[in-house]
Amino acid sequence: MTTPIEILKKKKQEAIDRIYNKTYFSDKVIYVGMASCEIAAGAKEVMEIFKDAVKKGQITTYVTQRGCVGMCSVEPTVDIVEKGKMHTRYIKVTPDVAKRIIEEHIKKGQIVKENVYFGSKQKSIVICRGAFCLNQKTEDVIEEIEKEIKQRNLQDKVELCFSSCIDLCDEGPIVIVYPENRIYTNVKVEDVKLIIEQDIINSKQAEGVNVLQNGYFKFIKILGDYKNFKRQKRIVLRNCGIIDPENIDEYLLVRGYEALAKVLTYMTPKQVIEEIKKSGLRGRGGAGFPTGVKWEITSKEISDEKFVICNSDEGDPGAFMDRSTIEGDPHSIIEGMIIGGYAIGSSKGIVYIRAEYPLAVERIKKAIEQAKKEGFLGENILGSNFSFDIEIRLGAGAFVCGEETALIHSIEGHRGMPRPRPPYPSIQGLFNKPTLINNVETWANIPFIIISSAELFNKIGTKTSKGTKVFALAGKIKNTGLVEVPMGIKLREIVDEIGGGIIEDKKFKALQTGGPSGGCLAEEHLDTEVDYESLTSVGSIMGSGGMIVIDEDSCMVAVAKFFLEFTQNESCGKCTPCREGTKRMLEILTRITEGKGQEGDIEKLERLGNMIKKSSLCGLGQSAPNPVLSTTKNFKDEYVEHIRDKKCRAKFCTNLLTYEIKENCIGCGACKKVCPVEAISGSPKQIHKIKQDICIKCGGCWRVCKFDAISRN
Amino acid sequence: MARLITVYVNNKQYQVEDGQTIMQALDKLGYHIPRLCYHPKLSIEGACRVCIVEVDGMRNFVASCAYPISDAMKISTNTPELRRARRDIVELLVDNHPMDCHICDRNDNCELQRLSYAMGIKQRHFVGERKRYQKDVSSVAVIRDPEKCVLCGRCVRVCSEIQGVFNLSYAYRGFKTVVTTAFDIPIAESVCSSCGQCINVCPTAAFLEKNYTQELFEKLCDPGLIKVVQFAPSVRAAIGEAFGFPAGISKEKETIAALKKLGFDYVFDTQFGADLTIMEEANEFLERLKGNGKLPMITSCSAAWMKFMEQFYPDMIENISTCKSPMSMLGAMIKTYFAEKIKVDPEKILSVAVMCCTAKKYEAKRPELLVNGLSAVDIVITTRELAWMIKSAGIDFVNIQPEEFDNPLGISSGGGAIFGTTGGVMESAIRTAYEIYTGEPLMEIEISQIRGMQGIKEGSIELDGKKINVVVAHGLGNASKVLEIIKKEPQKYHFVEIMGCPGGCIGGGGQPYAGANSIPLDENILMKRAEALYGIDRKKTIRRAHNNPAIRRLYKEFLGKPLSEKAHKLLHTHYSPKYPKGIIPKEMTLR
Amino acid sequence: MQIKDIVQEKKQQNIQILKEYLESFKNRSRAESNLLTILHKVQELFGYLDKEAIEEVATIIQVPLSHIWGVATFYHYFKLKKPGKHIISVCLGTACYIKGADEIVAKLKEELKTDLGGVSEDGLFSFEEARCLGACSLAPVVMIDDKIYGNLTPQMIPQIIKEYKRKHKE
Repeated sequence: MTTPIEILKKKKQEAIDRIYNKTYFSDKVIYVGMASCEIAAGAKEVMEIFKDAVKKGQITTYVTQRGCVGMCSVEPTVDIVEKGKMHTRYIKVTPDVAKRIIEEHIKKGQIVKENVYFGSKQKSIVICRGAFCLNQKTEDVIEEIEKEIKQRNLQDKVELCFSSCIDLCDEGPIVIVYPENRIYTNVKVEDVKLIIEQDIINSKQAEGVNVLQNGYFKFIKILGDYKNFKRQKRIVLRNCGIIDPENIDEYLLVRGYEALAKVLTYMTPKQVIEEIKKSGLRGRGGAGFPTGVKWEITSKEISDEKFVICNSDEGDPGAFMDRSTIEGDPHSIIEGMIIGGYAIGSSKGIVYIRAEYPLAVERIKKAIEQAKKEGFLGENILGSNFSFDIEIRLGAGAFVCGEETALIHSIEGHRGMPRPRPPYPSIQGLFNKPTLINNVETWANIPFIIISSAELFNKIGTKTSKGTKVFALAGKIKNTGLVEVPMGIKLREIVDEIGGGIIEDKKFKALQTGGPSGGCLAEEHLDTEVDYESLTSVGSIMGSGGMIVIDEDSCMVAVAKFFLEFTQNESCGKCTPCREGTKRMLEILTRITEGKGQEGDIEKLERLGNMIKKSSLCGLGQSAPNPVLSTTKNFKDEYVEHIRDKKCRAKFCTNLLTYEIKENCIGCGACKKVCPVEAISGSPKQIHKIKQDICIKCGGCWRVCKFDAISRN
Repeated sequence: MARLITVYVNNKQYQVEDGQTIMQALDKLGYHIPRLCYHPKLSIEGACRVCIVEVDGMRNFVASCAYPISDAMKISTNTPELRRARRDIVELLVDNHPMDCHICDRNDNCELQRLSYAMGIKQRHFVGERKRYQKDVSSVAVIRDPEKCVLCGRCVRVCSEIQGVFNLSYAYRGFKTVVTTAFDIPIAESVCSSCGQCINVCPTAAFLEKNYTQELFEKLCDPGLIKVVQFAPSVRAAIGEAFGFPAGISKEKETIAALKKLGFDYVFDTQFGADLTIMEEANEFLERLKGNGKLPMITSCSAAWMKFMEQFYPDMIENISTCKSPMSMLGAMIKTYFAEKIKVDPEKILSVAVMCCTAKKYEAKRPELLVNGLSAVDIVITTRELAWMIKSAGIDFVNIQPEEFDNPLGISSGGGAIFGTTGGVMESAIRTAYEIYTGEPLMEIEISQIRGMQGIKEGSIELDGKKINVVVAHGLGNASKVLEIIKKEPQKYHFVEIMGCPGGCIGGGGQPYAGANSIPLDENILMKRAEALYGIDRKKTIRRAHNNPAIRRLYKEFLGKPLSEKAHKLLHTHYSPKYPKGIIPKEMTLR
Repeated sequence: MQIKDIVQEKKQQNIQILKEYLESFKNRSRAESNLLTILHKVQELFGYLDKEAIEEVATIIQVPLSHIWGVATFYHYFKLKKPGKHIISVCLGTACYIKGADEIVAKLKEELKTDLGGVSEDGLFSFEEARCLGACSLAPVVMIDDKIYGNLTPQMIPQIIKEYKRKHKE
């Protein structure tokens, strides 16, 4: 009898053959990043230009797509991979740049310098940092290389990058030297010197180091550069921005469905659950419930029917981790869910996903179809006795449906209103049957844990929080985008090192984590480790992964108001504290930002906030006051200033501003013309004056004055 | 019996049964946690958060209505923080409420008022924007005032879970959440059956009956009118509650006296109408049994049920008895037979009915029920409205001197009295049909199979060796269940009694509100009201409708015999499908 | 044929398509659980949740109208009114908010002469707010139909609107 592992091996070989033998992989490949964010930045137009050039016979390159690598601030991105050449990544590729890439790079082999991100130097060293090994030896080699480059002052000649898994996991650490595509295997720390001296400096194959013969370049895909990716650890996003998410062959190439085959061949459901428990994985949706325990509870329930649900109703403003993961690597979620189904004894999975994510919906749909066609879904998966199918259900614009009981009601065709727990969904969930719900990020971790072992996963992170966390960095930070970091990393490292600090080098003011359910942390909290418990202890939460950097130009009262407006708008209206209480809190915040705050308002906010936190029906309500409570605590001064002095130090709350014309006014009259309420008077060439009782503080005069003659305080 | 577990309430140790909620356990221990959205007959909502308690080891407060009690649980019910949270929650409801108590119909009988007082709200901290909605006064029976709504959802649940009408739902969300009909259409254009159960369960005045007391007070002073009133059996069984009497005491003669004091010239008994209905209905049934008409025959006295049937089950119209309800039959007799008797132009007669029911207001306006172009009943008021009128007019109901019904429409049998409770119509019909069919009086006239508060009750009786299967359902949800059975097995029953409200008319949508120490739909109270009617029946010397001498005289002097042409013209009616069509959900999980 | 008749005919065709679609659910177990999926379909066919269409859904799937209404009004994705020809969604996500989305909203209000949630008088534009569109690096952004306009300033708005109006005239 053929085992699932053997069947998978055959399938994988077929996939490799397809990739190698079919014409579609030529010696030159152009990868265009095609996730929602890239498309929003103009990737579709860029893609069209490349495709058009191929169609017209101008170039003979294979053009394909990949997901988002997380570099939102510099999108669209395009990678050019060519045999015997540098692997080059371009950023901010406009249609014009794309045309230049065709003319200069593809046709003539000249790099378009203005837009190159990496691959423009003489040499590059690429280190395989695929998820499955996460090997300390590799980390040591990386450090050694970095040291050598610095010591020998080679920074201008060579650059250091990371590749994703190239499926040579038994032969790591792997070091690849470009443009020759020389692949050194089993590299030891002492080998580094040899490689640098012989290959980098003298462009010769390094003697004394194991080398793999050429011909492997098609599998090597570069994740990113040393600077931005050094502190990242990619488990969940291991394939994002690497593979073509619409082609199952590429997933198979990066050890896709291997975890499933392993589970079906060697492991009992109980063993799978034990493994997940041992890994220490906790739910990535926000609350952090131990995943293995949840699986165990659901598995122990006896029922004719059980369900597995992937919660993809990501809705925090500014957060897009799940969307990117689905768009970049849908199969890893599907694989995770099938394993979950096997472990708890369910044959039916449902992906509940936001309708606002059309591309993600399309990709997961395609992936499900392909998985069915290849026999990873459906009856008797990989020849085993296990059957499992997945259905997609669309949400319809309700943030609260991220709450598991609301989500269940939504799938049942009801209003997405939460219900009291217990009973928990593990015992009574969808259609009152035992139901296992995990979010996208949690599911994407599963294949990794199975392949790489629970021990390896458990090694990463802090005492209570294991593995990695994906964050969507946004706000006033240089490198906005998606990052995946090991638990235990300090917030400061994310902001300063990975995020590159504040834009325009302004002053950092606050870090908001956990979206509308989280809190605003001050400078002094930046040394907090990323860990469920530590973040909670400083008044925020891990949440699903939104991370917004706020600088001195933002008003903390207004930020709190923004988040509360969001939750208030998304409140389902079922329970009194959330429905009525958040409304009153919002009214109080609004009057504070309008300069109508009263003594005692802070106390009222705190009184309501604490009550709502402790009395609401669901997690949304219980966490809704967090942005307010964390700011009244950490930024109390700003509240007091608004209420007592009627001043907003960030000059954000327009009602609290005063516009005045200064001495240096030349009387050009521009401000007078623009004032919508005729509050400005003055004869030509005379100093003008603003009548404060008429001024509506629109700021039009201030913006239009070319002589900096209007003060705004 | 369930396992006993040890729990601690405010540091006192107790033994309670496992497998219940904290609230259920505490109720039995004598701790009455304040509550609002909770109702024992309805699904658990856990929404209002008024019933929160503190449980050791839990980060947050838990809703005691929903949370299961468990061994060694330490519960606190009155810590300062908890009290303040509860207080603030109720204040938040109050802050979004019109607060016009002194001009409100529920003044002095409002759960929100009582809660606000009990929570010790002495000051308001969070006053702000208040929701604004138009009152829906389209219906002749049920008024909806969403501004008074506290979104406890009891109306939504009673309308779907008990009545199966599904006319109400939460719509929109968050602060804009409102209880409304599909597409926000007016109640009058909706599938509302007018049963008024939403009014019964509403803690505030978000649902009310359409009030006709003002109009009635004015007409009672019109010297040109002969003022005639009838009142339903269930009115006497419940009106005492509105004056502080315990449930289950009949106040028949006191009600008559009060009505006289209010200015009515004649007080007649709807129980007479019930006897008349039985005469017609029993004979109609026997005709159908002979093959003249469709079986099973289904009763038609409940007004909410009739409207429900026309919208949800129009394909069963042929099964419905063509008999008018007792109210409408009596109304028809008042405007014809009685008018002739006292030689008055029927147009000069004001025919009023006091009913336990809100749907009767709708029934009275049905064009099919006009008698020679005149309304059989001009004004219908509920038990509640009458109680208010009595109080408003300064009549001392508690110490009132009892009076008797007027003739010729005031004498009734015991069978007429039990019309007000579930199973009563069937019981009374059997008493009469049996004797007509067999020629012998039925000996066991108290038919226990079809008494009691069980939702659906089956029974059978032998008519000369022929087994007649009957079924009784109360509450429209139970009605649907029975009708679905009939659709599948048309032969299963011969005779079906349906009453629209839980418990029958005694649980009607127009009965006195539950007071401070009781809850709406309480089965104990319903049973006591039923017992009051059974008591009247037992005390009567005439217990069978056909033995009622006044009925006999009516047929002799006026109608001829049951099912005669004249009887058909005045006592029977017809039904037709109505839009919008109601939809019975196939397999909906009720939430 | 009058335009009104063409519209009516098109609607009846869509009702027919919907009926056939609903038949496929009718005999499934837990048919009513597909309500959101079905409402998505109705919106796809009619552009919004047309009353007549909803009544078909209620009748065929056997779900009470009030229940559908409750669901339809709960989810912001469902439109209860006939939308404009073009849908303008202003992103009110965090990044856009911080970068001045409220000024964009104010300008659009002025240009379209309607509030958020409304339809412009000429029926050309629906004016809506969106949760994060995922284009934070381009903040503030506005999406018109499928096209994203990024790095906007209020001054850029009139030109964009004008362009759509012009295209429509042609």
